[in-house]
Amino acid sequence: MIEVKDLHKQFGDLEVLKGITTTIERGEVVAVIGPSGSGKSTFLRCLNMLEIPTSGTVSVDGFELTKKGANVAKARQNIGMVFQQFNLFPHMSVLDNLTYAPINVLKVSKTEALERAKKLLERVGLSEKIDAYPSQLSGGQKQRVAIARALAMEPNVMLFDEPTSALDPEMVNEVLDVMKGLAETGMTMVVVTHEMGFAREVADRVLFLDEGILMEEGKPADLLLNPQTDRAKRFLEKVL
Amino acid sequence: MDFSRIYDSIPYILEGIPVMFQVVIVSALIGISLGIVVATLKIVPNRLINFIGHAYTAVFRGTPLILQLAIIHFGLPQLTGYITTPYQSAVIAFSLNSGAYISEIIRAGIQAVDKGQWEASDALGVPYVKQLRSIILPQAFKNILPALVNEMITLTKESALVSTVGVLDIMRRAQIVGGQKAIYFEPLLFAGVIYFTIVMILTYLGQRLEKRLRKSDGR
Repeated sequence: MIEVKDLHKQFGDLEVLKGITTTIERGEVVAVIGPSGSGKSTFLRCLNMLEIPTSGTVSVDGFELTKKGANVAKARQNIGMVFQQFNLFPHMSVLDNLTYAPINVLKVSKTEALERAKKLLERVGLSEKIDAYPSQLSGGQKQRVAIARALAMEPNVMLFDEPTSALDPEMVNEVLDVMKGLAETGMTMVVVTHEMGFAREVADRVLFLDEGILMEEGKPADLLLNPQTDRAKRFLEKVL
Repeated sequence: MDFSRIYDSIPYILEGIPVMFQVVIVSALIGISLGIVVATLKIVPNRLINFIGHAYTAVFRGTPLILQLAIIHFGLPQLTGYITTPYQSAVIAFSLNSGAYISEIIRAGIQAVDKGQWEASDALGVPYVKQLRSIILPQAFKNILPALVNEMITLTKESALVSTVGVLDIMRRAQIVGGQKAIYFEPLLFAGVIYFTIVMILTYLGQRLEKRLRKSDGR
């Protein structure tokens, strides 16, 4: 469960988040939408402290990450993250990308890490790429490996930062399919996305952010088809 | 010009080659280690420690190497009471000096690594030292290596400065031969040919290394 209270983030004079409060339940899939510059990526990055909030609190599974001196690295082991630009480790094989953190951070045995990696690669449909290097993979394959890498830590929460935005259109679905499968397993997911189809089909709840404010939230069917605020209406008219 | 007059001195001058390499290789090894440490000082998230790293670099890059060498060889014994041999002074000065240059090379190489690599390993909870060692440095290495080879070439040429404190390197031996026979052009030109040949060989090796690194990018 993720609890966010009055989250503010400022970059110099620019206030990107202006007090966001929301709670994400265990097993919930939340899509975060909004125009570019709305602060949705910053919001997501505050959830695992890749951006340090200016004020406000973030707790994941009862652990407050924003507390002074909190062991953020420890908390991050429990929060998987998938980036727009994949950020696979280019000097490591797919297998090493998946086993590095489990072995070196969680201290699981090599055999256990290998087992996990094999299972996860099967799940994302890339078993045959186990010895490949990231540069030999397509964008969609890279992103699926990146998802598997995050899952190898067996996190309770998964964060997705525009996971399909850097992909060629024909590769978007293979990544969304993996994410759908993941949602069906009951994973808690927060997904910053421009894929309204994915939000409608998979998300339990949609957050609409604009100018650093959580303007509107609700079930996808309600928010996407019948937005209450003018800003959400205007945004959805443009993207749908 | 009459090279026949220095024929019998050629072996004597050539004996300076291993002497030079001793200074260069030992200084390079210490300099690289020191460079790694100073580069780390510059990038850790702590302003005071950053300042120490930058100050070190500024001092050693901001003053002539020949002055640093003289201070270490002629000046320091006055303070410490401990007299270093010419070879020791040479290695100390060249290590400290190349450490400053190498730290800049390493810092630039590390900072050229994509920011996403830090973020991805942060998000996995990888602790700082492991992050640097297993994720960042192996990638920085490709940016660092070509510049490091250049620094080695510079070090090889600059090593002629050790002749000023009495290390019997190629340069010093050429001067001694010149003094004994009262002809300077021939032994100095000969020394120049030796330096040039060594530098050309090192340059060639560096280019081959760079080519191989570029190939491995496409894996």
